[in-house]
Parts: sequence; structure tokens; C-alpha cells
Amino acid sequence: MSAPLTEQATGRVEGQRPAVRLEAVSKLYGQGRTALQALDQVSLSVAPGEFVCLLGASGCGKSTLLSLVAGLDRVSAGRIDVDDSRVALMFQEPALFPWLTVSANVEMALRAKGVGKQERRDRAAEFLDIVHLGGFGKKRPHELSGGMRQRVALARALAQDADVLLMDEPFGALDAMTRDLLHDELERIWRERSLSVLFVTHNVREAVRLGDRVVLLSSRPGRVVEDFPVELPRPRRTDSGEVAELAGEITGRLRQEVLRHARQEEPA
Amino acid sequence: MTTTDTHAQQLAGLDALELGTGHRAGLASRLWAGLWPIASAVVIVLAVWQAVVWAGWWPEYVFAGPVTTLSELGHRLGDPEFYTALTVTMRRAVTGFALAIAVGLVVGALVSRIGPLRRATGSLITGLQTMPSIAWFPLAILLFGLSESAILFVVVLGAAPSIANGLITGVDYTPPILLRAGHMLGFRRIALYRHVILPASLPSFLAGLKQGWAFAWRSLMAGELLVIIANQASLGEQLHYARELADSPGLLATMIVILVIGIVVDRVFGLADDALRRRWGLHQVSA
Repeated sequence: MSAPLTEQATGRVEGQRPAVRLEAVSKLYGQGRTALQALDQVSLSVAPGEFVCLLGASGCGKSTLLSLVAGLDRVSAGRIDVDDSRVALMFQEPALFPWLTVSANVEMALRAKGVGKQERRDRAAEFLDIVHLGGFGKKRPHELSGGMRQRVALARALAQDADVLLMDEPFGALDAMTRDLLHDELERIWRERSLSVLFVTHNVREAVRLGDRVVLLSSRPGRVVEDFPVELPRPRRTDSGEVAELAGEITGRLRQEVLRHARQEEPA
Repeated sequence: MTTTDTHAQQLAGLDALELGTGHRAGLASRLWAGLWPIASAVVIVLAVWQAVVWAGWWPEYVFAGPVTTLSELGHRLGDPEFYTALTVTMRRAVTGFALAIAVGLVVGALVSRIGPLRRATGSLITGLQTMPSIAWFPLAILLFGLSESAILFVVVLGAAPSIANGLITGVDYTPPILLRAGHMLGFRRIALYRHVILPASLPSFLAGLKQGWAFAWRSLMAGELLVIIANQASLGEQLHYARELADSPGLLATMIVILVIGIVVDRVFGLADDALRRRWGLHQVSA
């Protein structure tokens, strides 16, 4: 690739122990003949400060993979190296607690760690400021829009003081304009806090817009098909020519994967 | 950084656009909206009642009309004896209901936590709920004699299953996404219960309380009619003697008191439920 890297193009630190490492991870659901293989020998690593996008058609086990890294589920084979206490997960839905105010929702991350009341409140306010929701601490989640709720969820994830942020299609349900703005926001926060991000999406342009690398997974079972480095200067725009070009290339590869399934499914 | 500022402004603009400008109606109009259905219900009941009396199917001394009954009610409301009876009944209701909550909470918590216990007793609890509480009284009187304990025993048996069931349902239907979120935040076991599962089951628990109250109140009235304790006036006892003495206005007046107490307590639960729903955004408040 000839595209020049700008200085702040990536917070990646080479030669260090990866923040997340998966070695030949497989995941089966069920047993015997009816068992469904969700993931097959997936190996993948995220360097500290790296932003990796995980891309695949439906049924490729993207969400399964995140659940495994997050420790919500167990691998069937292989191993995952990650410091559990330093991982935060953001879901496709905000998953906020409806009985708590916005501020109290963010405070929950600190409560679990036993932080005192006053400090909790102050730090929650800081995190809400980071996502530009400073004045909304006293609101209830249902009083906010979808994009705002997702930002509260982001603030809550940040409040966990995690180094590794796992994101499961967090902007999938949002309109294009809000999503664009949140891409900018996420990029800024990722850089400022030198997070390692593993970001799952089925949106190719979103993956190219955000990722240092785009890892393409096949479907049923999920396998790593290809690993695309994205060496475009940041900040990128979803509608820029370069993003579109690389997205086109990746989409082509994704299409081949989907076609492979069509042939397999064809009656003999 | 100017780009950051622009982003912040754009976000703020979107936020402002997305947030509706819904306002709650004023106190006066909300009061009116709450009161007129009640007022019209009262008018309809009085009209039908008076019509039945005028139809002359029963003589006035058997089925008193609204005017006689309401004046008897007014008379009783000025009589200290009425308040002694009311106090006894309400004391029993509160004690019985409180005991039922305690029992319901313990049973609900155990059953929802312990799998085998739940498979063993799940349908039993629902079965108990459908058992008419009056069917317990012969046993209760055998066990406790004609005493307040017999009444409380049945009140608790009537109300506790609903309360336990409310809690169990609430725990069962805690949205899995919230459990996962709680788990990711680092809450485990008891902490997960305290901070996620119990708050999440509050609406269902409240519904259980409301239903439990209805059962408790019915059981209490049945109990007070059956278990007459000497020298202890109560609403049920007044009802009993009103029939014995063929005091139709007194009987109807007591019934009105019992009905009104039931409605008022039900409304209190209704308001609590409303407040909860509004806080959680479970229903849209009309502008």
C-alpha cells in the first residue's frame, strides 16, 4: 500500500504482547450430530492500541466470538489470552438499566469495583462529558434517543476503565447521520484513551472507516478468510473514494464467500 | 480542536432534534381525568340501586335504598364504635399482608434460586393460588381455634402465593441482555441479584403485591365472617350481626366501607405501578 500514514494514524505499539489473542479457537453448540459449529480454528490478535474490525455475513459467529473474548461463554477448543478484568463489551442494544438515571447507569461500572459514592458521581459526570452528554445525567434512558443511549453505553464501558473495548455492531440500529458522528466520536476516544478495540460489524464501509485492520470471517463455521490492513490516513470519511475502493474489494471477497455457500446448498 | 467542537455541536443538534417536547398535563386536568370515571360509576350504581328498590321486589326493610343506607353510613362514621371495628380489621389486614409479603419473599427467593425446588413446587404455588381461601378455614379453626391466628393463617395462605409468584416471574423474565450487561460490569451472584435481577423484577413483584392484596382482603373478610371473636368488633363481625339482626341499612353501609377500602388500596398500588412505569418509560404519557 502506498497511502501514507499520518502521525496519529494508529496508536498501535508493535512488538508488545497482544491485548487480545485467540489461538485456534473453536466453538460448538450442542453435541453429537446436531452440534452446530459456530467457529472453526479462529486465530486472531489485537495489538495494544489497535482497532480491529471483524467483518462477516450473518451466521459467521461474530457475536459468538465477542462473547468468548468477554468471558460470557466458554471455548470448545483453543485458547484466548486476554486480561478479563480489563475488558468492556458494548452490545448492539444499549442494554441500559431502565430503573436508573443516565448517571447512575454509568456509575454501575464503578459500583461493581467498590468506588465510593461521591467519586462515582464525579467520574460518571466526566465520562458523560467525554461522550458529550454532560447535561443529561439526571435523565432516564427512555428519555434519550437511540444514538444518545448508545453513547451512554459507551460512557459506561469507558467507566469500567478497560483497555480492551469489544463492540458488537454498536451502531447497527442507528441512522446514517448519527452513525457518522459516532464514528468520529469513537475514533477520537479510542485515540485519546489508547484503547484496543475489537469491533464487530456487517457493514463493510464502517469496517474500513474505523479499522486499522479488517478481518473477514466466513460463515458456518466462522473461519478467518482474509486479513485486510487499512492503511488510509485518518480521519477517514465513510463516503470518501479510498474507503469506497477498499470496501469494494472487501465486498467482492465477502461475496465470493456467500456464493460458496450458495453452491454448497444447491441440491445435487 | 475545531473538528471536535463541530462534532459536539452536530451531536447536540441531533440530540435536540431527537428529543420530543412532550409535557405532562397539569395537575387539575389529571385529577379531573382520574375523577370523572369514578364519579360517573358512583352515579350509575346509585341509579341502578334506587331503581331496584323502586321496582319493589323486596320490602325496604330487607333491601334498603341508597338514601337510608347512606344516612346510616353517615351516622356510623360519627360513631367511635365504627372506628374500633375498622381499626381491628385494618390491623389484621396490615399484619396479615406484611406476613404474607415476608413469606412470599422468602419462598419466591428460594424457589427462583434453587432449580430442583422450583420444579417440585412451581405448580404447587400456582395451585395454592387457585384454592379458594374459605376452604382453609375449617382447618385453620381446628389448628388455631376461633382466634386471630386462624384468620391471619388464612390471609397469609391467600396472599403469599401471589406475592411469591410475582417475584419468581420477575426473576425469570429479567431481560437476558441486562444480565449480560451486569455480568460484564463485574456483578456476580448476590451482587447481580441486588443490582440487576431484583430491580428488574420490580414491576412483576408489584403486580404480585397488588394481586396478593386482593386475595388478602377477601380472605380477611371471609375470616371475620366465620371466626367471630368475642368482644372484638370488626367489619366482618358487624356484617355478620347486621344479617342476624336483619339490619339492612347497616349491612349495606358496612359493605360500602369494605368496598371503598378495597378500591382505595388497589388505587394506591395502581399509582405505584403508574409511577414505576413512567420512570422506566414503559408507557408513553400522552401530551
